[in-house]
Amino acid sequence: MQTLTQRLANPTRFMALSGRLLPWISASAGVLIAVGLYMAFTAPLDYQQGHAAKIMYVHVPAAWLALIGYALVAASSFGLLVFRHPLADVSAKAAAPIGAVFTFLCLVTGSLWGKPMWGAFWVWDPRLTSVLILFFLYLGLIALRSSIEDEALAANLTAVLGLVGIVMLPIIRFSVDWNSIHQQPSVSRLGMPTIHPSLLWPLLVMAAGMAALFAALHLKAMRNEILRRRVKALRLIEVQSAAGMAQQPAE
Amino acid sequence: MDLGPHAPFIWASYAVATLVLGGLVAWLIFDGRQQQRLIDELDGRGVRRRSVRGSSQS
Repeated sequence: MQTLTQRLANPTRFMALSGRLLPWISASAGVLIAVGLYMAFTAPLDYQQGHAAKIMYVHVPAAWLALIGYALVAASSFGLLVFRHPLADVSAKAAAPIGAVFTFLCLVTGSLWGKPMWGAFWVWDPRLTSVLILFFLYLGLIALRSSIEDEALAANLTAVLGLVGIVMLPIIRFSVDWNSIHQQPSVSRLGMPTIHPSLLWPLLVMAAGMAALFAALHLKAMRNEILRRRVKALRLIEVQSAAGMAQQPAE
Repeated sequence: MDLGPHAPFIWASYAVATLVLGGLVAWLIFDGRQQQRLIDELDGRGVRRRSVRGSSQS
């Protein structure tokens, strides 16, 4: 009896399944983001920040997905190093640039929110700095992989860095307790959220839409990577068969 | 829509999100089409994976 992960270990089967799922996930992302944007722009004003709180609906989901993206990289790295799952490296490689994009988005929108609220685009605050380090970590993973020609070695070394880097997630989570000007969590906390439901629901719908978008992007990037590896394997077959034919007349 | 004195910051946030995520979607679609085109070219030259050759022979 095969588990789901064992059945998905076959890239051909993964391509067939992901090909069927991708349009549905993409459509859900589009609908959820459209509804979320409508809810966000018709939500009541925040009593302290006024309209500026609308940046929250793109900044907070981007921040959550920056962290979830890294957890996905680390879990995939674990899957490669421990279980040698054939798709684990494909997943880790596909997730890194997407996670980097969401982290970049979190930093830029946070900066644009910080200027009207704090009076500065950037401060060397524990939360902001730790998220910037996460962004550099993503870039480091991408750079390390592309700097090594041997794909198996690149996969293993990137996976080790990916696993070590998971230390950033608790640091980012608890950085707001270290003399930070960034606000405390108001949704992802023990107990009830401290944000009013009229502002919470648009945020949750936007987060669901952006999470669906992240899932669709990750599936698409994994499919592209599988195709890229097929191209490489086919070129090798072509070169080998050409070399074999060149040797035949001499025999 | 009147977004008050901080409107440029709000619009800039959503514009950056649209541009960055739209760019990522476009890049992934372009990359997927390019890889598929390369596979089709190799297939046109008769280069196929062993599993595909085996199933087409049987």
